[in-house]
Amino acid sequence: MKITLKVWRQKNIQSKGQFETYQVEANEHMSFLEMMDVLNESLIAEKKDPVSFEHDCREGICGTCNMVINGQPHGPMKGTTVCQLHMRSFKDGDTIVVEPWRAKAFPLVKDLVVDRSAFDRIIQAGGYVSVNTGQAQDANAIPIEKDTASDAFDAATCIGCGACVAACPNASAMLFTSAKVSHLAQLPQGKVESKKRVQAMVNQMDDEGFGMCSNVGACEAECPKEISIENIALMNREYFGSVVGSETSV
Amino acid sequence: MSWVSKFLTSSIGRKLLMSLTGLFLVVFLVVHLIGNLQLMVADQGKAFNIYAEFMTTNPLIKTTSYGLYFFILLHAVQGIILWQKNRAARGTRYAVPNKVSSTFASRNMAWLGIIIFVFLVLHMGQFWFRMKMGDVPPVTYDGQTVKNLYAIVAEAFSQWWYVVIYVVSMIVIGFHLLHGFQSAFQTLGLNHRKYTPFIKGLGVIYSIIVPLAFAIIPLYFFFMIKS
Ligand code: HEM
Ligand code: SF4
Ligand code: FES
Repeated sequence: MKITLKVWRQKNIQSKGQFETYQVEANEHMSFLEMMDVLNESLIAEKKDPVSFEHDCREGICGTCNMVINGQPHGPMKGTTVCQLHMRSFKDGDTIVVEPWRAKAFPLVKDLVVDRSAFDRIIQAGGYVSVNTGQAQDANAIPIEKDTASDAFDAATCIGCGACVAACPNASAMLFTSAKVSHLAQLPQGKVESKKRVQAMVNQMDDEGFGMCSNVGACEAECPKEISIENIALMNREYFGSVVGSETSV
Repeated sequence: MSWVSKFLTSSIGRKLLMSLTGLFLVVFLVVHLIGNLQLMVADQGKAFNIYAEFMTTNPLIKTTSYGLYFFILLHAVQGIILWQKNRAARGTRYAVPNKVSSTFASRNMAWLGIIIFVFLVLHMGQFWFRMKMGDVPPVTYDGQTVKNLYAIVAEAFSQWWYVVIYVVSMIVIGFHLLHGFQSAFQTLGLNHRKYTPFIKGLGVIYSIIVPLAFAIIPLYFFFMIKS
């Protein structure tokens, strides 16, 4: 299949970027990243600068293969990352526009690569449980109801890719932050520090310059792990409870 | 910063103010509509004028109305602040806009709000300001003299351009609430697998019925009373 690619090329954050148009010969069994590899090999053969994009696991779990494809983060397929998107989702002769995540809090590094370390700092602010030294307790000794465990697990499947921020018209990081808050707040191990955690993580999220949630729901629709905005409601409840109802202040 | 001001300027705190003021306006619109529907009573405006007199002189209602002015301004100002901050957070815009993963209303809350605000200014100038400034002819019912606001309304609703602006504004409010009604509950953290479908359904019904009922009144005056 013949594909016309319009790819965002930008040397670094200081320079002005623009779209470059390329012709690629692909087949429908290729993943989107493999198609990008074909493009890069031909660019290298022509002694041109290959397109920078991030990738690691290529099996949908690391959350690095981030591109906005025809306006949709991770492309048209629901519940998948770019590495799990295949060319059979496109037709011969299609023109595909590829852009990086666009958010003030995710400064561009090069071409399609952005710096998502703002997410790391949100996690550092509170996305953990403090574990004192000693023997690990038998996991089955802590009773957790099945539905609660499943909800916590669903929230925990967030891979931190940032598609929620990329999809949101406000570049809000509420879905990501709420997934982490909700995952830990629902489990006995995480509950202990939940009041401090929600304030610390929301403060950090605000400081990083992400936008504010308008309940648009684009995050949930584009999230490769289909994290629900129910988690945002849970985070808001946790936040109100913590700020208004507790003596804890962060 | 005290914890209160820190809370109210945090992302979730700002949204809390939007949600609470928005819900207050939602309740107010129902009260306002019940008052307006008296314009439809076929008594040359008696019921409406007596009601308007009560609403502008009762001290409890007067106090509440100051709260209302404050909440509308707070909602509008906060909405514009959020909009500005959110646009700044995006930075560079996408070349290809994404229209498949969200609704028209949710993406355009601020524009819809600005149109509502312009309408409110016109609306207040037309009725509220004239009522306050005493530029309203008197009318006497059973020995009690009240302002004939009905006459002012009937005059306004006989002008085609005002009727058009009014009806369009009601459609805009309908879209604002189509997203806003359910959004306000989500912001409050009220997302529940049993009740949220009900809230969403109620929001859709509200966003259609209330603006429609408001819009019927000028249409009725223009087409039925004039001719
Ligand atoms: C009759 C008048 C109005 C009613 C009943 C109303 C109601 C609402 C409701 C219920 C919300 C949802 C709050 C939430 O998501 O938590 C909302 C949001 C919003 N309103 Fe209004 N509103 C009115 C007028 C206005 C005006 C005059 C403006 C602006 C000039 C405005 C701007 C906004 C904006 C920007 C939002 C979205 C905020 C966000 O989610 O980020 N509204 N409104
Ligand atoms: S919530 Fe979804 S879209 Fe956002 S970072 Fe996690 S996996 Fe990615
Ligand atoms: S490369 Fe790891 S999720 Fe796509």
